[in-house]
Amino acid sequence: MGQRIIVAGASLGGLRAAEQLRATGWEGEILVIGEENHPPYNRPPLSKEVLAAPGTPKEVLSKLAFRPRRSATGIQWRLGTRITASNLAGRTITLDDGEEISFDGLVIATGLRPARVAVPGPLDGRHVLRSIDDALALHTVLLPGTRVGVIGSGFIGCESAATAASLGCAVTLVEGRTGPMERPLGSALSAGVREMLSRRGVDCREAVSVVAYRGDGSCTGIELSDGRTVSAEVIIEAVGSHANVEWLQGNGLDLGDGVECDGHLRVLAADGQPVPCVVAIGDIARYPDVRNGLPARRVEHWATPTDTAKIAAPALVAGIAGRTPAEAPAPLPSFWTDIFGTRINGVGSPADAEETRILEGDPGKPQEGVAVGYYRGNTLIGVVNAGLPASRHLHYRQLVLDAGALVTN
Amino acid sequence: MSQITVDRKLCDNHGQCAIAAPKVFSMNDEGVLEFEEIFDDALLDEVEEAIDVCPVQAIFVKD
Repeated sequence: MGQRIIVAGASLGGLRAAEQLRATGWEGEILVIGEENHPPYNRPPLSKEVLAAPGTPKEVLSKLAFRPRRSATGIQWRLGTRITASNLAGRTITLDDGEEISFDGLVIATGLRPARVAVPGPLDGRHVLRSIDDALALHTVLLPGTRVGVIGSGFIGCESAATAASLGCAVTLVEGRTGPMERPLGSALSAGVREMLSRRGVDCREAVSVVAYRGDGSCTGIELSDGRTVSAEVIIEAVGSHANVEWLQGNGLDLGDGVECDGHLRVLAADGQPVPCVVAIGDIARYPDVRNGLPARRVEHWATPTDTAKIAAPALVAGIAGRTPAEAPAPLPSFWTDIFGTRINGVGSPADAEETRILEGDPGKPQEGVAVGYYRGNTLIGVVNAGLPASRHLHYRQLVLDAGALVTN
Repeated sequence: MSQITVDRKLCDNHGQCAIAAPKVFSMNDEGVLEFEEIFDDALLDEVEEAIDVCPVQAIFVKD
C-alpha cells in the first residue's frame, strides 16, 4: 500500500505544502483537508479591494483563487470538512463525520480564526474579517453614512477602517492598548498612520478599549473604557486571533500559542524532541527566530505559509524516510499593507527592535515617503518603508540581509 | 527556453518577484516592474518561486 501525507488545512499553507511535497519528490498520496468550502484563495484583498467592491461571490472566488503549480499533480482535496481529533503516535486523524484516516506524514496548516471581543451586549451587527464569506457579508452593510466601529488597530483593523471610510461610512477606530499597527511599525510610524487615517475622516480613539456594546437586539453603540459612548450600527472586531489547535489536544503538545516547532518546522513534543513525521507551517507554527537568535514565535504574515512550506516539506519527507533533514534556511519575514493608496512595506523583525532610527523622510507623513530602521544593539534587524517605490524597498531589504544578523549556533 | 507574461492590470509593483528571481524581474527607479519575457530553463525554479510570492498572482507561464 502506498504512503499518505495528510495536509490539515486547505488555505494558502495547505496549497504550498502540497506543492512543495511534490517539488521535494514525494510520490505518495497527498490528501488536503480544509474546513472552508472554497479552494485556497488569497486573503489580503478581503480587507481592501474585495471589501470595497466585491462583485458576485463567483467573481470574487475566480479573482482570488490561487493557481496551483503545474507540477502539483495528483493532490486530493477534501473541502468543507473539519478535523476534530488526532492521534499523532497512532498516526490517525478523525473527521467531523467520524471517519478516521491514517497517515505516514502530517502537515499542520489549520491556521487561525479571529478572536472576538468578550464584552456584554447584543451580538447582531458584529463582524469579523477572515474569509470570503465574512468580506461579502460585511460589504453589504458598509453603506454611505453607516456608522462603523472598528475594534483593534492592527493590519486588518486599519485596512478595514480605511476601506469603510473610502466607502463613505462614518468610522470610529477603537485603537486598544497600542496605536495603529504599532507593534510592527513602532510608535513614530504608527502615529503617522493615525494621522493618515484621521485626515481621511477616521475618528481614532487612542488607548481605549471596548467595555460593552449598546443596543436592544442589535448594536447601536460602543461603550469605551474612557467612559464615552460612540454610535455604531456596524462593528468590525479585529482584535487578533486564536490558533486552530483544538484537534491536536491529547497529544502532549504545548499548544499555548500555536504549535511549537524546531527550525525545520518539525513539531516538538513536551520533552523538546521532534514528534516523528509531523510538521507545522504558516501562522499556526511557532518556530525559532534563527536569524536574530531569539525564541520561537509565530509569524502572521502572508509570506509565512510559502516560506515555511519550503522548509517543512523536505524535512517531513526526510523524516518519513528515516533521514535527517538538510540544514534549513532562515527566511526573512516580510509584510505589506495599503492604507488609502499608500504602500507600507516591512522586512525583518521590527517588532523585536530595541531602538529605531529614521533612515529617510518624516514618519509623521508616511504618504510622502519614509523609511525607518529597527535595531538590536547596533545591528539592523528590520526596515519599514512607506510611500516609496519598490526599488527602495529592495534596497532596504538588502541592507537588512547585509547587516548579517544571522546568528549561527 | 521558457516564456512568461505579466498581467499589467493585476501587477501592483510589489517587487516580490524581483527578490525571488532577480535575473528575470527587476524594479526600475520609479518602482515599476521590468522583466525578461524569455529566459533560460535553468531559471525555472526561481521563476516558480516568483510566481508563488506575487501577492496579486499576476505572473503566468506561457506554454
